[in-house]
Amino acid sequence: MDAFASAPQRTHTLPAPFPRQFRDWFAARGWAPHAHQLAMLETARAGEDALLIAPTGGGKTLAGFLPTLIDLAENPREGFHTLYVSPLKALAVDIHRNLEAPIAEMELEIRAETRTGDTPQSKRMRQRRKPPHILMTTPESLAILLSYDDAPKLFAGLATVIVDETHALADNKRGDLLSLDLARLATLAPKARRVGLSATVARPGELTRWLSDGPVRLIEGEPGPEPEIAIVTPTDRMPWSGHSGLHAITSIYAAIRDAGTAIVFVNTRAFAEIIFQALWRINDDNLAIALHHGSLAAEQRRKVEAAMARGDLKAVVATSSLDLGIDWGAVDLVIQVGAPKGASRLLQRIGRANHRLEEPSRALLVPANRFEVLECEAAMAAVKARELDGKPPRTGGLDVLAQHVLGVSCSAPFAPDALYAEVTRAAPYADLSRRDFDDVLDFVSTGGYALRSYERWRRVVQDEDGRWRVASKRVAHQYRMNIGTIVETEMLTVRFRRGPVLGKIEEHFIQALVPGDTFAFAGRVLAFEGVHEMSAIVSRAKDSDPRVPAYAGGRLPLTTELADRVRGILADPAAWASLPPQVREWLEIQRWRSELPGREGLLVETFPRADRWFLVAYGFAGRNAHQTLGMLLTKRMERAGLHPTGFQATDYAIAAWSLNEPTDVAPLFDEDMLGDDLEAWMAESSLLKRTFRNVAIIAGLIERRYPGQRKTGRQVTFSSDLIYDVLRSYQADHILLRATRADAGEGLTDVGRLAELLARVQGRIRHRRLDKVSPLAVPVLVHIGKEAVGGAAFEALLDEAAEELAADAMAVEPQKEMAVEPHEDMAVEPQTVLMPGATT
Amino acid sequence: MNPGADGSPAPAGVPSLGPPPIGLGGAALTADLSGALWWPARALMAVADLHLEKGSAFARKGALLPPYDTAATLHRLREVILRLQPRIVVCLGDSFHDTDGPNRLDSGDAAALTELMIGRHWVWIAGNHDPEIPAGLGGNVSKEYRVDAITFRHEALLMTKPGEVSGHFHPKAAVRFRGKRLSGRCFVSDARRLVLPAFGAYTGGLNVHDPAIAGLFPHGFTAWLIGPSKVYAFPGERLAG
Repeated sequence: MDAFASAPQRTHTLPAPFPRQFRDWFAARGWAPHAHQLAMLETARAGEDALLIAPTGGGKTLAGFLPTLIDLAENPREGFHTLYVSPLKALAVDIHRNLEAPIAEMELEIRAETRTGDTPQSKRMRQRRKPPHILMTTPESLAILLSYDDAPKLFAGLATVIVDETHALADNKRGDLLSLDLARLATLAPKARRVGLSATVARPGELTRWLSDGPVRLIEGEPGPEPEIAIVTPTDRMPWSGHSGLHAITSIYAAIRDAGTAIVFVNTRAFAEIIFQALWRINDDNLAIALHHGSLAAEQRRKVEAAMARGDLKAVVATSSLDLGIDWGAVDLVIQVGAPKGASRLLQRIGRANHRLEEPSRALLVPANRFEVLECEAAMAAVKARELDGKPPRTGGLDVLAQHVLGVSCSAPFAPDALYAEVTRAAPYADLSRRDFDDVLDFVSTGGYALRSYERWRRVVQDEDGRWRVASKRVAHQYRMNIGTIVETEMLTVRFRRGPVLGKIEEHFIQALVPGDTFAFAGRVLAFEGVHEMSAIVSRAKDSDPRVPAYAGGRLPLTTELADRVRGILADPAAWASLPPQVREWLEIQRWRSELPGREGLLVETFPRADRWFLVAYGFAGRNAHQTLGMLLTKRMERAGLHPTGFQATDYAIAAWSLNEPTDVAPLFDEDMLGDDLEAWMAESSLLKRTFRNVAIIAGLIERRYPGQRKTGRQVTFSSDLIYDVLRSYQADHILLRATRADAGEGLTDVGRLAELLARVQGRIRHRRLDKVSPLAVPVLVHIGKEAVGGAAFEALLDEAAEELAADAMAVEPQKEMAVEPHEDMAVEPQTVLMPGATT
Repeated sequence: MNPGADGSPAPAGVPSLGPPPIGLGGAALTADLSGALWWPARALMAVADLHLEKGSAFARKGALLPPYDTAATLHRLREVILRLQPRIVVCLGDSFHDTDGPNRLDSGDAAALTELMIGRHWVWIAGNHDPEIPAGLGGNVSKEYRVDAITFRHEALLMTKPGEVSGHFHPKAAVRFRGKRLSGRCFVSDARRLVLPAFGAYTGGLNVHDPAIAGLFPHGFTAWLIGPSKVYAFPGERLAG
């Protein structure tokens, strides 16, 4: 209930401009508004846009809605007045609930409703016929609303759009879609003002620009007291690598026991399952500890959230699934297991604890290995110094634009010039070229195929005035069924034979199981029985060592800012005094046996080990950039006659091993590796195919498949890889391929960051030739052996499999089949590798 | 990264010259890297499930897939025909994705197809997607085609004498190795019958352990899995479901 306001502070009354019933209501509660709430009111009166930055619990919601409530009380009118958009359905629902209280208590004649994917059809239709004054919705539901032909009429009187959790929307495709819809709303309701509500971010100016292309007043709420952050330093040996945090499980348990209610944040779903199981194994006090992550059934997640809200839980082990959401006043401790990877992310998570603004939030960081201690120290220092981080503003996806253009055509005919002008008002599309816009329109109408036209089956058609309109109701229906920018890898639902759905798991993990295999999921140990009608059927099992499914995505790389801080710590022995003895010792020995990487330049160590030569480069550019670097480096090493046989990337280093010693190291890191080699690799890489699939679905080329959805005919669906290959061969500059390259370059390959790294280190590469492995290299090397090889090793693997088979056949004794269990630490999950020409 | 780059010999059990032979009905057949079946003694080449004009078939239903699949498939077909120089080419059914397919062929693709047929005995076997091939397309249309002890048809018959070659099922096989799952199109045979992989650019596949395929080989089978530059023979038991 009190998401709305804060505890009583002063007893003076509201200033005069407030209507009587509001003054009475505040007075009755003994509340006085915060300065930022008043500032928001002022901005509203001036008709200006605003961005409110305040920590959670700062009364943001009331700040956002107060002007609306007052306006409607003073000037009652029908029709949509205020639109509230949040990334979470649950948040929309919760805010709605919170709003009902003051509306009822002040007896305001205001109707507030929610509209999300869960809203029943009948209610949705009613909302269009008789719009509520306030509508709480999600970006996707808003897009659908804007695609109806009554949209111009519905939104004509809109006064305010409130975007909640703006910081969580502006840096991804969902935000791209929303910003396009905001631009649409600006055309339909030019007088409507925009309000953004956000957590603390590094560069608020970027966020205001995202919110609007006009002037935006930046309002900052009181920051609240400094969070109290501590780092758990174990007394026994710290692991060299691994990210699970299991070594510190007793400390985590003790912290949970001693706190009121805790959220235990972990960085991946797999670790959530592992930590959850591990806590329960030592849960002698039978504490109520729950699990929450994105692959659990929605029903299950709702139950956990409700129990949290009621204060029934002692702790929840969660992933970023709980980064956003309802305020739970009772949470007084946030435990971050594994390095937080970013200072802003840490601060936002800490913000989930303690919503009584005068008391400091408490957080405990649990580094999972020696290197993570440095990351945690850096993160803590960054938060204290209020030096946050965040991705630079993004360029909007062309696939998202395609989805949007089709949506616009469903609502009303549009003129291309006018639409181009409109979309370029949205920050992510400010630099959109006319050519790209035209190509997107071309794609939307006939697929954009230069060599052959689908004239007969156009999806949008031009009228005599040159305006474009959707070709048929069927196309409009297909559009609405396929809305959204979130694409999941193929998942199967997981359920008991006669029982509830537990959640969903990536299809490839299930494919690797045989009946009888056990795995941990949804907090239980399950035995796989078989696949039936697109569901994986399981039963309860007892196994002390079940496999843990690894999920695609989820592991963010270290931010640039944190990486710089870590380099700072490494380069300055005076800063080591606060580190745990084992970590200090590790760094001391590194300094003695080799050297510490400096703040600038690139340290490269080479050393022999077990018949191979190792090259370790400390780039500090994050896992993804290092992964790409590894691919390119090994190609170079191959050409240099070094015979590389593999590589391993971590957030701070790349290690490659070869048969011959690398002696001339600097040329291996020449910037031109980003030319033809990168092109060639990206063309072959399965990464690009995966990205293409997402782009193709978002752009509306192929339809989504939902977990558990039946295939209606055996060959109705086929792998998007096949489409990608054909398109590449015949129209390499097709708009979807351009979108794919842009996505891939930014995301998993992090080419931008790699380019920066290479540019920075030219001429400043320091090569140390050692006679054995250095301490700093140990964590990287420990990973090796758990992974096979990277890159174009498909053929090599097939050859080996065949060879093993032959050896089997020729051996006197039958041999056991070699298979390595996927380890939870693996960064790359077993994937169905599809080759050019292969089929699903 | 390259097997053999360090000087090691080619793995034992896999012939270093040419693809492994498939014995059927007394004939020595080879599984070509392209997915075509090659019978050297008869200079006969067979391909299955071209599914030409599948892209445009989808476009008709609202999914505007790149219309280049026909060109891509014909290009691959041309490559293998030029390489093997068959006298006889047998297309084992589902050559077109639907009966209207031939009408949607654009002139360039139609000409390319006609050119491939010149000077060769071309057999179109009717499939379930294309039960009728228009006469204007040229070639000889038939439900089955027999040469020596080998019978070519579109879909395997449960009860038939040995020596059957068919398509329809788009088989693919997966090998689990070192925690990875490596999969690809394949030929499947038990020396009594043989099922070819789908040749078309947009053809999806069915795992060989699916009952629809495995049921045709009650006493087990071998799969010839098509890799990036080699074809690998694996016994059925070694393959993942």
